[in-house]
Amino acid sequence: MNKYAKESLFKVLMIVSVLIIAASLLLILGICIVKGGYVILKDPKLIVTAPGPKYLLGGEGGLLHAILGSIYMVIPSTIIATFLAYLIARFLQVDYIRQKWSDRIRVLFDVLWGVPSIIFGIFVLNVLIRIGGRGCLLAAIITLALLQLPIIVRYMDEALSAVPNGIRESMYSLGATRLETSHVIAKYALPGITAGVLLGMGRAIGDAASVVFTAGASNALPTGLLKSASSLPLLIFMQASSYYPSVRDHAYAASFMLIAIILLLNICSRASAKRFRRFTNGGKNL
Amino acid sequence: MKIPSFRHPMDKTVKWIMVAVTGATALLFVLMVLLLAQRSQLVLSETRVGDLFLSSTWDPERGQYGFLPAVIGTFVVTAVSMLIAIPVSLLSAIYISEYAPPKIKTMVQSFVDVLAGTPSVVYGLCALLVIVPVVRDFVGPLFGVKTTGMCILTASIVLAIMVFPIIISITVEAMTALPLGLREQFLSLGATKWQLIEIVLMRAAGPGIISGVILGFGRALGETMAVAMVIGSKNVITLSLLSPGQTLPSLIVGSFGEMMSVPLQQSALLFISLVLFIIIIIFNILTGYIKNYLKKRWRFE
Repeated sequence: MNKYAKESLFKVLMIVSVLIIAASLLLILGICIVKGGYVILKDPKLIVTAPGPKYLLGGEGGLLHAILGSIYMVIPSTIIATFLAYLIARFLQVDYIRQKWSDRIRVLFDVLWGVPSIIFGIFVLNVLIRIGGRGCLLAAIITLALLQLPIIVRYMDEALSAVPNGIRESMYSLGATRLETSHVIAKYALPGITAGVLLGMGRAIGDAASVVFTAGASNALPTGLLKSASSLPLLIFMQASSYYPSVRDHAYAASFMLIAIILLLNICSRASAKRFRRFTNGGKNL
Repeated sequence: MKIPSFRHPMDKTVKWIMVAVTGATALLFVLMVLLLAQRSQLVLSETRVGDLFLSSTWDPERGQYGFLPAVIGTFVVTAVSMLIAIPVSLLSAIYISEYAPPKIKTMVQSFVDVLAGTPSVVYGLCALLVIVPVVRDFVGPLFGVKTTGMCILTASIVLAIMVFPIIISITVEAMTALPLGLREQFLSLGATKWQLIEIVLMRAAGPGIISGVILGFGRALGETMAVAMVIGSKNVITLSLLSPGQTLPSLIVGSFGEMMSVPLQQSALLFISLVLFIIIIIFNILTGYIKNYLKKRWRFE
């Protein structure tokens, strides 16, 4: 086989594989949007009704509990994780700690990133058993915060490290403390920081494995921090292979909402990157 | 007279808060391993480790917990999914970075971003709707096997689709970062584009590509929900890809209902998660070493 034949052979193979990937993607988006959208359009009240007493047996009711549960879990956990991650990521910069040590801590967070989310769930469940608690909203928030922390730390760390040294040095030469320098550096790194936070949020909102043990997974509206709760991905997991078609339909509706949220987060991430770029010295490097 | 200022004490305080938070997180990591190890003591005192890994009977009522089917299942599912995922995603990543016009490139990349952010339960749901019937009605009869569609093959296909975006995005990133001079020099010698890719670019971008593949492997190894939804959850060792199986994470999720009541089973499941945890840790550390080694070995400057 000469080199030109080989070239065209691999070109065909490449196009085939791109088509495979595009097809699987369109299929997933199509199923969620068409099938889920159809369920929601047919009965829009689904989104605002609480589940009835025989909900899982094909009884009436909507999926408000999962929507509220997702919101109550994800927003506080993202706020907690962002706050902690900022402190850690800022600490990992050269002005606080030596390169050798910060590299070691980075390896730790890389490992934590790779840990399957179910292990975080098991860990929190263990702590719960130890203190005699049950699965509740608070435990789910803590688990999701743990899950997001390594992701957000990694992105923030990358964004903060990419800030030109000139900015740091000119702040210090004016006599600013490290804390005051942080404000300027953080503003410069804002596009990267928001991207990381939104990415962590996206991971948390779609994760079922970590909350399956810790949230309690009830079909009641979440009423308190120590009460059990449910979330959209949990609802999909529990109801996807249900015997009752009407219960299965709710899983499709939930997947539609999840996909919509993920798309929205993606758009937000792009928009914020564009908007916050004006802080970075007019887009020019120092 | 010196004016008292809170700036420096403030700076010091915040620094110590940072030290405390970072230290606490690192400590938490150690605590996770210790707690899992301590809780799996019970099953280790009842059964020998060798028995746990080499026995294939999972019978909680008689206190027998053999992980062998789940261990084998995990490796088979991961291996098959990587066999599907690696060629397809590498070829399409090469197409995206080298051949595709810029317009298609940005479009495909935003697609890949969405795919990467899609929750695993959604993959599981779509697989239940599409792949399971296809495997049941077409692939099964093709090989003359009766199958419910919930089988190892289905789980591998789902995992492969989940791994695509990871490998693609890292490979594209690694290949786009290569200097233009590298391409121009080789093309000026009369090479075709594919020769350039095969001989030069794949090696120069090698460390990036391999770390992408390993990252995908780690994701496939630890993926829980999508697998648990389609694998059929049966604790048997099978040679056929079309029969139901079990992986370590899906075993944990599948038995969680009974987990609370029996202390011994609880301990057994915690031992599994400890094993999974340690595998992932070793894996991640190895990745770092391999990447550094290849960077030195395939240096192009």
